[in-house]
Amino acid sequence: MTAPVSIRNATKTFGEFTALNDVSLEIEAGEFIVLLGPSGCGKTTLLSLLGGFLSPTRGTIAINGRDMGDVSPSKRPTTTMFQDYALFPHMTLRDNVAFGLKMRKIGKTERHAKACELLDMVGLKASALKKPHELSGGQRQRVALARALAVEPDVLLLDEPLGALDLKLRRQMQDELKAIQKRVGTTFVHVTHDQEEAMAIADRIVVMNAGKIEDVGRPEDIYMRPKTLFAASFMGEVNFIPATLKGRDNGMAEIDSMLGSISLPETILANDALPDQGPMTLAIRPEHFRGVSTGAERMTLGSAKIADGAFFGTHYRAHLAPIAAPDMVITAHMPQSANIEPGTMVELSIDLASIIALPGHPQTPADPATQG
Amino acid sequence: MISSRFSKVISWAYLIALYGFIFLPVIVLVLFSFQDGRLPVPPFNGATLKWYGEVFADNRLMAALGNSLMVAIGSSLVACVLGFCAAYGLARFVLPASRLQRGILIAPMTVSYLIIALGLLSTFNWIGISLSLWTVGIGHVVINLPLCFAIIYASMGDHQKNIERAARDLGAKEWQVMTQVTAPMLMPSILAAFFLSVTFSWDEFIIAFLLSRFDVTLPVEIWSLLRSGLNPKTNAIGSVVFLFSIALLLVLELLVFRRTAKK
Repeated sequence: MTAPVSIRNATKTFGEFTALNDVSLEIEAGEFIVLLGPSGCGKTTLLSLLGGFLSPTRGTIAINGRDMGDVSPSKRPTTTMFQDYALFPHMTLRDNVAFGLKMRKIGKTERHAKACELLDMVGLKASALKKPHELSGGQRQRVALARALAVEPDVLLLDEPLGALDLKLRRQMQDELKAIQKRVGTTFVHVTHDQEEAMAIADRIVVMNAGKIEDVGRPEDIYMRPKTLFAASFMGEVNFIPATLKGRDNGMAEIDSMLGSISLPETILANDALPDQGPMTLAIRPEHFRGVSTGAERMTLGSAKIADGAFFGTHYRAHLAPIAAPDMVITAHMPQSANIEPGTMVELSIDLASIIALPGHPQTPADPATQG
Repeated sequence: MISSRFSKVISWAYLIALYGFIFLPVIVLVLFSFQDGRLPVPPFNGATLKWYGEVFADNRLMAALGNSLMVAIGSSLVACVLGFCAAYGLARFVLPASRLQRGILIAPMTVSYLIIALGLLSTFNWIGISLSLWTVGIGHVVINLPLCFAIIYASMGDHQKNIERAARDLGAKEWQVMTQVTAPMLMPSILAAFFLSVTFSWDEFIIAFLLSRFDVTLPVEIWSLLRSGLNPKTNAIGSVVFLFSIALLLVLELLVFRRTAKK
């Protein structure tokens, strides 16, 4: 089963602290939504509001058009998959998975059959009579998923479910989660702070920071065309070039940047939050400096001197000092064949379309990698 | 070399003395319960099972043994249920002055049994409840409840909180969470609390003596036997009591501690 979710102006405060600040979000039935953000951004609070473990200070939450205002967790069409699995240690896997059905007064034969079917789906049918402590972390994770899905919820809430797994297993479980979600069609709302995980599984990513939604969109949109400085830096490494928007004229925008004056087509500036004039930032991802000619319109931001570089296998990662602003550090990925001898001059050449225009100036022009 | 051997001898001697101090009275008690003669004092005249025969033929002793079992099991069950409910409430919900409440629950542990018995005695008199095995049972609940509460409360961690949350999320009502998730999860500590309560109730004397009238428990019956002087028969019943306590400990060890160790 599946259902749409509608969150309207949800606010949650704990005393003085505002965990969630006027958040609105529409989730379609059958969508795989990932709430992404650093710890303390409000993503887990939002998940708890959906599950009914917390109630919003203001605002409403509706599932399948029905207001969830005074519906307890047990009565909601949602189930939660917890980070620490929260399996019942004294029950066999079969009884764990069948627990929700037992609470719904489904007969023994029927619920055992259903439990075995779900354990089969997650590849643990042969272990149906084992206890949770006999399983590995990844297997427990699968049991938790089967248990949450057994009651056929409209919405499955996943609270950093892969956080406790090692990297390899996490990648494998991501693929499985995605495949199972496609199969059962249930709406999944998944919380994580790992942007790679988010991109790997999400239909849409919701980037959150300080209790607010920063950006919502498909993984490629959020990565290529983020709406805010935070979303741009949280999704991966990025260079911020502070600039000032001088004005718009004939479909072209005149911009004064630290690397000199440039004019960009208005299409690059398709961000409602951008003013007609004022402070703005040009964001460019390191890999976009790789001189791959795609036939698209290219432009140059002047020359730069290579400060240092390291080989990363698929590319060289180099730090560049632009001639126009020698104090600035630009991180660029360069082809494996490049000469990265320090002092070498390179052209800062990029596809026009890969430039991201964002409102405001970065607070700290520090390394965005520290913001994970 | 010599000093190391000497210290070895000393430590062994100390060990033997220590165990001798603890177990010699019990050994003497058990040994002279087999005494072939009228007095349970040295010299040992030879072994006989005659006194055990008398113990099991004594209707009053057997009735007292039955009463003791009933009171021990009944009061321990009640103490465990009450202790579990109190622990669940205090561990899982935000209650006013929960620290104080915990303190008050555990406080009776520090009060002597004599004071508790006297207090209960005057209370029963005041509200007009006549003394019986029921009042002994109530007394034993009073002394065992703090113990049960403390043991069960100590085993309630935050990890289980999330498991209970999962159960609620899957549609379990509060009583179903308690009976189908929390209690089974805490079964090792609940059983430990139960068996400890049973042993404490089993050989408790002062409360049983002051709060009973016609039907008495085994320790009270043994006490009245002792008033007519030493007799191998008292040794025999004492050995039976001791054996029962040992058996309980073994059950506790095998059923509870072994099982938790495996996990």
